[in-house]
Amino acid sequence: MSDPVLSVRNLNIDYVGAETNFHAVKNVSFDIAPGEFFGLAGESGCGKSTIAFAVSRLHRPPALIRTGSEILVSGRDVLSLNDADLRKFRWREVAMVFQSAMNSLNPVLTIEAQFYDVLRAHGPISRAEAHARATELLKLVDIAPERLDNYPHQCSGGMRQRIVIAICLALNPKLLIMDEPTTALDVVVQREILQRIDVLRKKLGFSVLFITHDLGLMVQVSDRIGIMLEGELVEVNDAQTIYRHPQHPYTQQLWASMPKLHGEQTRREPVL
Amino acid sequence: MSDAILTLDNVTKVFGRADKPVYAARAVSFALHPGRTLALVGESGSGKTTAARLIMREYAPDEGRLLFRGVPLGKSDAKALRDYRSSVQMVFQDPFASLNPTHTIRYHLERPLKLHQKGLTAAQRQAAIVELLERVKLDPQLIMPKFPHELSGGQRQRISIARALAVNPQVIVADEPTSMLDVSVRQGILNLLNDMKAELKLALLYITHDIATARYVADDIMVMYAGQIVEWGAVDRVLDDPRHPYTRLLLSAVPDPDRRFDDVRFADELGRVEEIRTLSARPQPETAQAGDNHFYRPFPAV
Ligand SMILES: Nc1ncnc2c1ncn2[C@@H]1O[C@H](COP(=O)(O)OP(=O)(O)O)[C@@H](O)[C@H]1O
Ligand SMILES: Nc1ncnc2c1ncn2[C@@H]1O[C@H](COP(=O)(O)OP(=O)(O)O)[C@@H](O)[C@H]1O
Ligand SMILES: [Mg+2]
Ligand SMILES: [Mg+2]
Repeated sequence: MSDPVLSVRNLNIDYVGAETNFHAVKNVSFDIAPGEFFGLAGESGCGKSTIAFAVSRLHRPPALIRTGSEILVSGRDVLSLNDADLRKFRWREVAMVFQSAMNSLNPVLTIEAQFYDVLRAHGPISRAEAHARATELLKLVDIAPERLDNYPHQCSGGMRQRIVIAICLALNPKLLIMDEPTTALDVVVQREILQRIDVLRKKLGFSVLFITHDLGLMVQVSDRIGIMLEGELVEVNDAQTIYRHPQHPYTQQLWASMPKLHGEQTRREPVL
Repeated sequence: MSDAILTLDNVTKVFGRADKPVYAARAVSFALHPGRTLALVGESGSGKTTAARLIMREYAPDEGRLLFRGVPLGKSDAKALRDYRSSVQMVFQDPFASLNPTHTIRYHLERPLKLHQKGLTAAQRQAAIVELLERVKLDPQLIMPKFPHELSGGQRQRISIARALAVNPQVIVADEPTSMLDVSVRQGILNLLNDMKAELKLALLYITHDIATARYVADDIMVMYAGQIVEWGAVDRVLDDPRHPYTRLLLSAVPDPDRRFDDVRFADELGRVEEIRTLSARPQPETAQAGDNHFYRPFPAV
């Protein structure tokens, strides 16, 4: 395996409280290879978003990363970046799409202005150049360039989510983090977006850290999957092994509690 | 099949302005039967909740009618309406929103008993509450004094089911009852609904956007788009051999760990999303039969 794009080592994160601390991420280690689609799955509250925010250096107090934790992106220590380095790191190294990202667009700016803001923040660029680049980026996510003149409210939820993804790809990040990016969307739209991401990462070569609670979806789109339980990463394996030969009892239980779309349908008693 | 307890007969409900109507229900017909579960599936905005609200009589149909035990529900007969109100109960998606945060669980269950079973003594009501909680597999002594916020999402959903059962209903309409719950908790709620249906001979309308859970609980299924039921029948017939282009599109998009992402079930339909949506939103008055207990609405010839 070539050098990983992301390497997480012994990551420990606490939510610091007045009286007690909550140990939300417990000694988590995993790697993501260049071009790899890596899924992080687990039930709500297990710590997925906490990891995603730490990797993008977007975590805020009360989240506190313990010393000894290590997050490397292309070999660079993310946790020791200063403010200037951080500005370069964001969007260019790691970009993040979160669940409500479609609501994170600025309602009073046109789509074009929002592209311009991101592009301009990372080096001199003319309006005409930005327009051309934004057109090209929208095309990647199957959106007509006429939309550049629109305001967010004029676009559907699925379209806004694709626009956010296009903005995230503006500076060719090496790692795209998607935290439940399609949870609020219907399956057909979800499918269209993920299909697009899959084509793009093969074409552009970025890696993906994909977070969802939908294990079935995760198996379909991911190369490898990590299963989390109460802050711990209990199993990491290639997607087919996670589905067909899960090793950890918790992974086995998760599958056992999921109704199937076809095949034998037997009553399952909850085991968790 | 036993006689229908509740029937929607050609029900239409339109929202919006006359020049820009939104058909939330368009010529919807279906029947609920004691001891059977009918699933209503569709994407958001397809009209599922509107169907539930029509049944709960929150709206009157613009066209068509509801029949209860074969008798059309009129406006005038107060006794028949009271009977209907207690016979048809609803379970909502967000159990928290439907519970009052300032009251105990005991209060939530005692209230419907007081209202609908006026003859009960305090001791009988207490016994009924205990029985209801046991039925939904919660520990009565532990749960009764608690407030809604002290319960987990799954426990709260069990309380809403117990509350619905308090008035001895014959029909339960469950609108996305598990979509806010984690997979492991979901299972328990689905099993509970299944048990209720079987033991109490309830007619269940299970509304969801999750086709796998629909398959798990339902006998029959209806697929809805833009207020129309485009395909319906026995669950496995519809899911194994879908005929309507929209059903095929939907099934191609549903996550399925048994298929690789590039192995699309109906690639043709998945490549025609906009066209299928446009055509499926038009009136499709014809009915075609695909097989025993399996029907769909063919697109009108152009
Ligand atoms: N700001 C916060 N303060 C305190 N605890 C938090 C905070 N954010 C998250 N947590 C807790 O940390 C745990 C992990 O949360 P999160 O990473 O959001 O989980 P997931 O994304 O897997 O649902 C949860 O138990 C949650 O309650
Ligand atoms: N009270 C209302 N006023 C106006 N439009 C409504 C109302 N209720 C529902 N609608 C519209 O009717 C359609 C169906 O909505 P709904 O029944 O809530 O769908 P679902 O439950 O399948 O998501 C949607 O287009 C929705 O916007
Ligand atoms: Mg999260
Ligand atoms: Mg609804």
